Amino acid sequence: MNPNIKRLIFFAAVIVVWELGSRLELWLPTILPSPTMVGEALMAGFLDKTLIYDLIASFQRLAIGLVISLILGALLGILLAKSKSADETIGTVILALQSVPSIVWLPLAIMWFGLNEVSVIFVVVLGGTFVMTLNVRMGIKNVSPLYIRAAQTMGSKGIDLFTRVIFPASIPYVVTGARLAWAFAWRALMAGELLSTGPGLGYTLRYASDFGNMSLVIGVIVIIGIIGSIVDQLIFSKIEKSVMQRWGLET
Amino acid sequence: MFIEINNIQKQFLNKDQSPVDVLKDINTTIEKGEFISILGPSGCGKSTLLNIVAGLTKATSGDILVNNKKIEKPGKDRGMVFQQAALFPWLNVMDNVTFPLKKEVPKREAEERAKKYLQMVQLGKYVSHYPHELSGGMQQRVAIARALAMDPEILLMDEPFGALDEQTRSRLHTQLETIWTETKKTILFVTHSISESIKLSDRIIVMGTKPGTILQDIKVDIPRPREEHKKKIIELEEHIMSYLKTEIDKVVSEELAI
Repeated sequence: MNPNIKRLIFFAAVIVVWELGSRLELWLPTILPSPTMVGEALMAGFLDKTLIYDLIASFQRLAIGLVISLILGALLGILLAKSKSADETIGTVILALQSVPSIVWLPLAIMWFGLNEVSVIFVVVLGGTFVMTLNVRMGIKNVSPLYIRAAQTMGSKGIDLFTRVIFPASIPYVVTGARLAWAFAWRALMAGELLSTGPGLGYTLRYASDFGNMSLVIGVIVIIGIIGSIVDQLIFSKIEKSVMQRWGLET
Repeated sequence: MFIEINNIQKQFLNKDQSPVDVLKDINTTIEKGEFISILGPSGCGKSTLLNIVAGLTKATSGDILVNNKKIEKPGKDRGMVFQQAALFPWLNVMDNVTFPLKKEVPKREAEERAKKYLQMVQLGKYVSHYPHELSGGMQQRVAIARALAMDPEILLMDEPFGALDEQTRSRLHTQLETIWTETKKTILFVTHSISESIKLSDRIIVMGTKPGTILQDIKVDIPRPREEHKKKIIELEEHIMSYLKTEIDKVVSEELAI
């Protein structure tokens, strides 16, 4: 059976069981509202455009933060791969920083930048940068020496060798780095928005929770999950797969 | 003399910092347009010697002159073909072959030159294919076209057909012979196959192992095409085998001892 059909049947079954449980009052609607109620809350949110503004605001922060972290991460990765001293010093710090959940920087960011956009973007940047750095570093270090030697016999060296051979050869790692950076940045964004001001998906989530609007809480969680998997499955997985194939890493 | 190899020594350091002689007292000269095979068992340093000529590895002492100029680093006068095709997977066949020409030759001229050499290796129809879409033999032919496209005086080949099946290899031998006659390149061809070296070369430099030295320099006096002179080929094969046998035994007994 087509896996997509399997998935469809599975999700339909989950929703039916959930709806039935709610109707039979197996649990309180304040604890877990029924799918219909969640649907209605989402509908209302989209009709009065609050959810649309939230989505736009969240995506704006994400876009700014992610672009900064991809560029910064790539530059740091190149530096670590090319300079042994940088790798032995800054590299260690980045490894340590990577294990710090980026949301813990928010209190600091709020002191520095205030309770505003900049603080959230700062947290998003910290979320995405280090994983990108480590992947780019590894990609450059793992370039096959054969490519480099072949290019040298064709008169390539220095910057030319880097831009025409070493960097393109490490693209599969760059793509994986970008995919992970997106995932980390998305998580950091939601955490940041929960604790910051709106509009934004995370902000609406907390707002709904404060007012006991459980239908909207679940609705927003569903939106966050759906966006996360759409971007990962439809965009990044496809790019990654075609790159892997072209680079001969997968047949 | 076109290429002069003077007193090349190469030492590597073992893990315990003790030096090992890889190449010892290598001396020879090569004429322009000659097809030379460097033949020897694995570990005799034949690839290292080729890398020194390419400028990819430095000799511990001694020097190599091409046209009376000392070799210090890689250069476009020496094209190299490796055992793996080493094509860049992110470029299509055309862009791979024009890789060495970028910045030097206008795009149109580069593409015309690439086409000429791709046709020479009979891959004129594959310009827009990517390396992963080609078989091993086809990839190796693109690599040969790429090396030829920068019009080097010398073509260095490091066991270029070693990873291919027998039929493909024998077809490529014929193609290489044609290319050599058409382009008049000087070819240094590293191999461990006696029959391959007899089939292709004017001269065979037989190397021994531990340390790598030149055992014999044999002129191949068999008219081309050589397939028609089976008897002479077999005689020469046996002659070379007698030199190599002790060397191969040396390698085998060492491998068994570990």
